[in-house]
Amino acid sequence: MTKATDTLIEEPILEIRNLQTSFFTDKFEVKAVDGVNFAVPKGKTLGIVGESGSGKSITSLSILRLIQNPGKVKGGEVIFKGENLLDKTEAQMRQIRGNEISMIFQEPMTSLNPVYTVGQQISESFQIHQKMSKKEAMLRSVEMLKLVGIPSPERRVKQYPHELSGGMRQRVMIAMALACDPELLIADEPTTALDVTIQAQILELMKDLQNRLGMSIIMITHDLGVVAETCDYVAVMYMGKVVEYAAVKDLFKHPKHPYTVGLLNSLPRHDIDLEDEELQVIKGSVPSPADMPKGCRFAPRCPFASEICRERLPDLEESEDGNQIRCWIYTDEWDGEPEVNVNGERTS
Amino acid sequence: MLTFIVRRLLQTIPVIIGVTILTFSLMHLIPGDPAQIMAGESASPEQIELMRERLGLNDPLPIQYFDYLKGIIQGDLGNSIRSGREVSGEIALRLGNTVELAFYSTVLSVFIGLIAGVISAVRRYTFIDTFVMIIALFGLSMPAFWLGLMLIRYVAINSDLFAASGWGTWSQMVLPIITLGTAGAAIIARMTRSSMLEVIDQDYIRTARAKGVKEQVVVYRHALKNALIPVVTVVGLQFGSLLGGAVITESVFAINGIGRLIVDSIRSRDFPIVQGGILVLSVLFVVVNIIVDIAYRYLNKRIDLN
Repeated sequence: MTKATDTLIEEPILEIRNLQTSFFTDKFEVKAVDGVNFAVPKGKTLGIVGESGSGKSITSLSILRLIQNPGKVKGGEVIFKGENLLDKTEAQMRQIRGNEISMIFQEPMTSLNPVYTVGQQISESFQIHQKMSKKEAMLRSVEMLKLVGIPSPERRVKQYPHELSGGMRQRVMIAMALACDPELLIADEPTTALDVTIQAQILELMKDLQNRLGMSIIMITHDLGVVAETCDYVAVMYMGKVVEYAAVKDLFKHPKHPYTVGLLNSLPRHDIDLEDEELQVIKGSVPSPADMPKGCRFAPRCPFASEICRERLPDLEESEDGNQIRCWIYTDEWDGEPEVNVNGERTS
Repeated sequence: MLTFIVRRLLQTIPVIIGVTILTFSLMHLIPGDPAQIMAGESASPEQIELMRERLGLNDPLPIQYFDYLKGIIQGDLGNSIRSGREVSGEIALRLGNTVELAFYSTVLSVFIGLIAGVISAVRRYTFIDTFVMIIALFGLSMPAFWLGLMLIRYVAINSDLFAASGWGTWSQMVLPIITLGTAGAAIIARMTRSSMLEVIDQDYIRTARAKGVKEQVVVYRHALKNALIPVVTVVGLQFGSLLGGAVITESVFAINGIGRLIVDSIRSRDFPIVQGGILVLSVLFVVVNIIVDIAYRYLNKRIDLN
């Protein structure tokens, strides 16, 4: 393990610069992802956290260029191993999808094709990317099922998705994603649809496989518990923008952005007795993307918001520890109370 | 699978019995005395009595029914009143033509309908989609008799390639098949389109794309197989209704088919033929539905038919 101090200096396997993805309706454009920047260090796990509609899933789909009409990746760069994926042809992208970058999705119940066997679906990756014969691919599929801890894989490989439980299906999804030994795995809320015990098993499995296979992971989630357990770094997203990027330890110990603090506060805590206190919530709700605030996106809900927050959008600035923050409070231009203790708001 | 087929066949027995009861009742549902009607208007009372005796109409109803049933099992559907020939023979002579017509029409409508539907769905909301769907609407709205007449008037008459009547050679078969298959093609195209649109937004389609599967393979292997499930039902129903509904096409193109036979027999009150024809068509319909169920099972693994 590397020390926490040289956090972001490690070479990233994937770097996203100013990524913009929008959805177009007849009347207006909805900027689902609006200038997102982050890097995924090699062999590490980056968590992307945010509420529903913050743009985290769209970001991940944009990386693989899987955005469907009426959505479009409008600009920015997705640098994977030194090359911009947005410049690649569709055929080149197909070589990367499922081969170098794989993805698993939120809904294991609906993410597998109901009319093909589990084996046929895993085999497909081998057949496409490694030009294996059907038979060979099927044998490797059995191995993959074994790898993800599915008992009696020889039998399971011939079964259809509806014959498996949710946890099993997510294991199958993982097996499918890891078939070609990808360098980057994007997991879009892989455990959200599963019950808690199965969640823990799946996360454990992913960590274990990461250690064995040495891949990098992007873990998209709205569950900070999952982040704490699995991630090395976190990017907190709010309304299509990254508001804070930090090493996991730093984020949980010293959250800087008022939104991050709000997220952490809204978690129930088991370590301290809060019998008398109610769980804190972030006031208000995410505004419609069609009705974007002019200044900082979080200003309407932020307890510290001052004039400048409502007028101008802050930049994502890097601090000395290598973490990044998008908030006026940490800049020289801050015009609110001089001694704001964002953390003081925390209930702990 | 085999147990399913056997079970499904056993299930048809009550259906077939129901059909025989209905066709049997037909004789007695006709207003007036069946013997009188069959013997003709100018028949003397003796002739009518003779007819009644011949038809077994003096026996109690259950006995009559069992006699009728016994005949069916032995392949004896009675004799045509008009020609005096065996009904089974009359039907057998024409059944092949009708089945052929219905089958080829179904094949044509499935072929065209699927292609049009998939293209429309893949290019949704584009000019091509709108165009295909407008054509489909036309196809759906054209009555078969009109389309048939237009084809005869503008194609058959102007060209040596196609004949305007009869059945047997390809030149005779093409126009009736188009006439009968057009509406089906339109229905299947619309059905396929909406079914494909539903499937193409499913999570597993995204999974396939994320795997690096080519778009054509995504459409034809991953999406279409799922989209076909509701389409199969329509195809099955359609084939069934084409069997009985070919009457108009058979009349327009003077095809010696079972639909026309039944209509002609209704007109001339040749009730044994009507009874036999309906019975045979019903049984065929049931058989087609079994085939559809089997195809369903094959396509949709989630259906446990046992």
